[in-house]
Amino acid sequence: MIERIEQLRAEGERDVAGAATTAALEEARVRHLGRRAELPNLLRGVADLPPDQRGQVGRAANQARQALEAQIAARAQELEGAELDARLAADRVDVTLPGDPPQPAGRLHLLTATRREIEDVFLGLGFTVLEGPEVELVHYNFDALNHAPNHPARDRTDTFYVGEDLVLRTHTSPMQIRAMESHPPPLYVVIPGRVYRRDSDATHTPQFHQVEGLAVDEDITLADLKGTLLAFARAIFGHEREVRLRPHFFPFTEPSVEVDVSCFNCTEGHLRDGSRCALCKGTSWLEILGAGEVDPNVYAYVDDERYDPERIAGFAFGLGIERIAMLRHAVPDLRLLYDNDLRFLEQFG
Amino acid sequence: MRVPLEWLHEFCAPDLPARELATRLAMTGTEVERLQRHGPDALDLFVVGRVLAAEQHPAADRLRVCRVALGEGDVAQIVCGAPNVAHDQTVAVAQPGAILPDGTKLGRATLRGVESAGMILAEDELGIGTDHSGILVLDDVGSGEESDELVPGTPLLDLLPGLATDVLELEITPNRPDCLGVYGVAREVHAATGAPLRVAPWEGALPSAWAGEVEGAHVEVRDPDLCPRFTATVYDDVRIGPSPPWLKARLMAAGQRPINNVVDITNYAMLLTGQPLHAFDLDRVAGGTLVVRRAREGEEVVTLDGQPRRLDGEMVLIADADGPTSIAGVMGGERSEVQDDTTTVLMEVATWDGPNIHRTSQLLGLRSEASARFEKGLAPEQTLEAQSVAHGLMVDLCGATPRPGLIDVGGAGPAPEPLLLRSATVTRLLGREIARERQAEILRALDFGVEETPGEAVGAVPFATAGEGLAVSVPPFRRLDVTREADLVEEIARIDGLDALPATLPARRGASGLLMRPQRLRRRAEDVLVGRGLHEVVGWSFTSRELLERLRLPADSPLRAVVELENPMSEGQAILRPTVLGSLLDAAGHNVAHGHRDLALFESGAVYRTGGGRLPHEHHALAILLHGGLQPATWGTPQPPRASFFAAKGVLAAVLDALRVEWTVTPAEEPFLHPGRSAAVVVAGERVGFLGEVHPLVVRTWELDDPVAAFAVDLGRVVAAAPEVERYVDLTTHPAVRQDLAVIVPAGVPAACVVEVATRAGGELLARIEIFDVYEGEQVGEGQRSLALHLEFRAEDRTLTDQDADAVRATIVRALGDELEAVPRGE
Ligand SMILES: [Zn+2]
Repeated sequence: MIERIEQLRAEGERDVAGAATTAALEEARVRHLGRRAELPNLLRGVADLPPDQRGQVGRAANQARQALEAQIAARAQELEGAELDARLAADRVDVTLPGDPPQPAGRLHLLTATRREIEDVFLGLGFTVLEGPEVELVHYNFDALNHAPNHPARDRTDTFYVGEDLVLRTHTSPMQIRAMESHPPPLYVVIPGRVYRRDSDATHTPQFHQVEGLAVDEDITLADLKGTLLAFARAIFGHEREVRLRPHFFPFTEPSVEVDVSCFNCTEGHLRDGSRCALCKGTSWLEILGAGEVDPNVYAYVDDERYDPERIAGFAFGLGIERIAMLRHAVPDLRLLYDNDLRFLEQFG
Repeated sequence: MRVPLEWLHEFCAPDLPARELATRLAMTGTEVERLQRHGPDALDLFVVGRVLAAEQHPAADRLRVCRVALGEGDVAQIVCGAPNVAHDQTVAVAQPGAILPDGTKLGRATLRGVESAGMILAEDELGIGTDHSGILVLDDVGSGEESDELVPGTPLLDLLPGLATDVLELEITPNRPDCLGVYGVAREVHAATGAPLRVAPWEGALPSAWAGEVEGAHVEVRDPDLCPRFTATVYDDVRIGPSPPWLKARLMAAGQRPINNVVDITNYAMLLTGQPLHAFDLDRVAGGTLVVRRAREGEEVVTLDGQPRRLDGEMVLIADADGPTSIAGVMGGERSEVQDDTTTVLMEVATWDGPNIHRTSQLLGLRSEASARFEKGLAPEQTLEAQSVAHGLMVDLCGATPRPGLIDVGGAGPAPEPLLLRSATVTRLLGREIARERQAEILRALDFGVEETPGEAVGAVPFATAGEGLAVSVPPFRRLDVTREADLVEEIARIDGLDALPATLPARRGASGLLMRPQRLRRRAEDVLVGRGLHEVVGWSFTSRELLERLRLPADSPLRAVVELENPMSEGQAILRPTVLGSLLDAAGHNVAHGHRDLALFESGAVYRTGGGRLPHEHHALAILLHGGLQPATWGTPQPPRASFFAAKGVLAAVLDALRVEWTVTPAEEPFLHPGRSAAVVVAGERVGFLGEVHPLVVRTWELDDPVAAFAVDLGRVVAAAPEVERYVDLTTHPAVRQDLAVIVPAGVPAACVVEVATRAGGELLARIEIFDVYEGEQVGEGQRSLALHLEFRAEDRTLTDQDADAVRATIVRALGDELEAVPRGE
């Protein structure tokens, strides 16, 4: 009897191992462990055996059944895995086709992207961002910024007027006064915005964008202006940049300077091949903005004793967003920025 | 301002190459636009020659074959076409290889069979004048030069130093009219380089006879507020003729055309001193009296250029007994100008009110070298400097006899108060110490008077203490520009303060460096659009009045309250945009015209309307425009969805939901929108913008395809409605129960109405409601439609059961039935 059990187990094991598909495995299971198979029947017949044989035979048959069941389960897992692999291998797509539906990438306009970047640099330096009206009183745009009554910028050939005392602001500087009128020192602000001048050619559009900067505190110096603008220039144009200050004249700063940043396109004005750098015209410097120490007369217009030029000092600067964007991205013509041609817009932001 | 270096070097000649000088000037505040070479090149080939013989060319009537001695025994054969060439003349010769001012390089030539080794030059060919009627004959010029310079072979440059020179083209800032003269620039060069400065040419040259009245000439200044000083001298026996070549050469190098000796003298003196002069023919001044006064309204003057000019009551003119003769400070008059037969000259040198001259010049559209200087404000002291320079030249070049006396109305300007320059202020403003000796040196170089503070009140500054700094007196020519301590700091900084300035960062006390909430949310709104695949455009603030018609705006539309420009550059830019929609349509039109038909654009920018306070109303608008396919057709989606009302509404929802703003839309018409597909966007109970498909007639005027979908909102008001700080709400302890509900309602009932009634009926337990399906058709019957809703029920204090939810749902169904005749579907 025991021998028969061993034989059945061996047959079963052989068939299970030989089953090549889950269907053949099922067949083998039915053949060896099914309702009509010999081993289970043998187990069911244990009760009919003489008592001294029951224990031994029952144990052997049970072991054989369990072993077969375990083997079938293992084999089933093996076969199912292989069959899934085969099915998945057949279920193949061309992974190189484009994604679908497409998720087109939108873009910020180059001017917005540049403006945000400039804002972020100054936010990091501890400045806050203010904004102001584009249609501005002559008082704020010129008078309070110490422009002489005959200053040419006031001319109707240069500035858009919308009323006797109302202009489209020609710079973001009027916000210097408005900012000081509404906040006591210390004041650290940048003011981005759209400005207007009556000019139109390859290097001028009647509207453009500036960022004004203003820092007023107990001990602001021209050296602080230089340091701040050096930090800015390096953040935007690369960490090996230098800046230099050149004396200039603006009605609302004293001393006034123009600020140049060392050209990032060349070495000492020359390209690798020895030709003259077209970006800086061989000078190795790029003019990027006008600046200076706030003129004492400007504080007088604020009419707040906390802005007493004997007790506080400040610097101010104004830079053109278009100029920064064009320099940095090699945009050759200002007007491209306002054509809104998708072929341009897609390249930035 | 063109400054020939040859002329500059007469007063200050730093030992620097021209390019380095230009850089030094640029770094001390005088911008150099360019450095130019003026005049001929290969200069050693330009020499003095003597015509030994001039014979008729064998084959050409108009040509002469000349033998010209060029020194050291050299004789050249030169063919010459000038009518005045003759035996024994001393002439200017260019030898083969010479380069003329226009760039022409001379070679050996054969003219009608005769060889010619060079060229005998006319004045214009040398670039020292405009005369081309004949060759320049050097013995005629009466220059008073030593005769041994006229030896053949002498380099022409020795004779005419201004012939060829580097020229600095300077951009003089408006605060520095003193640099609109060569001597003023020389003073700057002196301060910038340390090279010695020669004494000013007028210094000590003022004739002692300049006092008292001038016989036969009178000046009456009726409006001294606009004419602080008027000086005049008179010259008799004047012989009008051409100026000598050296003077012409300098004028040409400085960019001024020679006219005749008297006019050239006025220009020369102006270019040297910065002070304009005007020469009258005194015999043509009726009555011999000049009256300076404001013009009468509409009074006319015929200026030098022959143009009649109408003046207004604020313009100043100079009149004689016959009426106006010139516009003060701007342009002389035709009637009294110097002519070939002039023998008596009245030399006027005056100071005018800068702003007034500026105004006149602007209103008349008339700018001159004189007005450009006067409008910046000259010092009255400069008048005598110019008189002095002109005096010497009138005698030397015109053989004139000065009439004794000087007319001087107004006199010198006020002596300036000394300024206090504290050393502490220099350091405080610059962030760098500069030794007081160096400060004094710089200021003295710029012609300021400097003393150590004496320990008492200095001018208007009372608290000076001994040794605190410098007491500085400002020269008259800087009187308007330097009036405060900070102005002195600038003078020092620009000459010796900027190169060595350290780069430091400010202390930034109390500075926070954060974007403010509205700014952050504006960025967020833009980023949502970018993330949804839209491209940002930047349009023009300007637009055309025509936009209002193209948008079909009726006469009473609030969008017609536009801000108008008084001086637009064109009709197309005559007003400020009252809406961003025009800019977006323009951008769409541009791209469609270039073959891009699938467009998703947005703009974030200001719009402008009249009204409000002293300033027009401006708000920051956010707007989008959709045109064509919302995405490209692809292998998986060959028929992508197209722009539509709901596509735009979906984008609007993305923005407003990202900002967590409560919003709705309500049907509302706009003249530029499809009447059946337009809505008002409502946030916090206020209309903040529109949403819709653009009216087909509007679409057509921009040559776009239907439909174009758009929205525009006042972003400032949207952002203001966003919650300040998000607060935590517990949604997990008591989970929600979700159910769906489909109701059939009359087709005319807006979905929002169903939502509103259901929300009210659902009360506190209804946490969320959303329409997810709409069906119209046979199954619901004509004039009806079915709306399917997701409902979410939740209580804060307990977990709801299905029975709780059923009860609320039943209340909602009842309310929808009562108020909207809605019938639950499939129940
Ligand atoms: Zn470069």
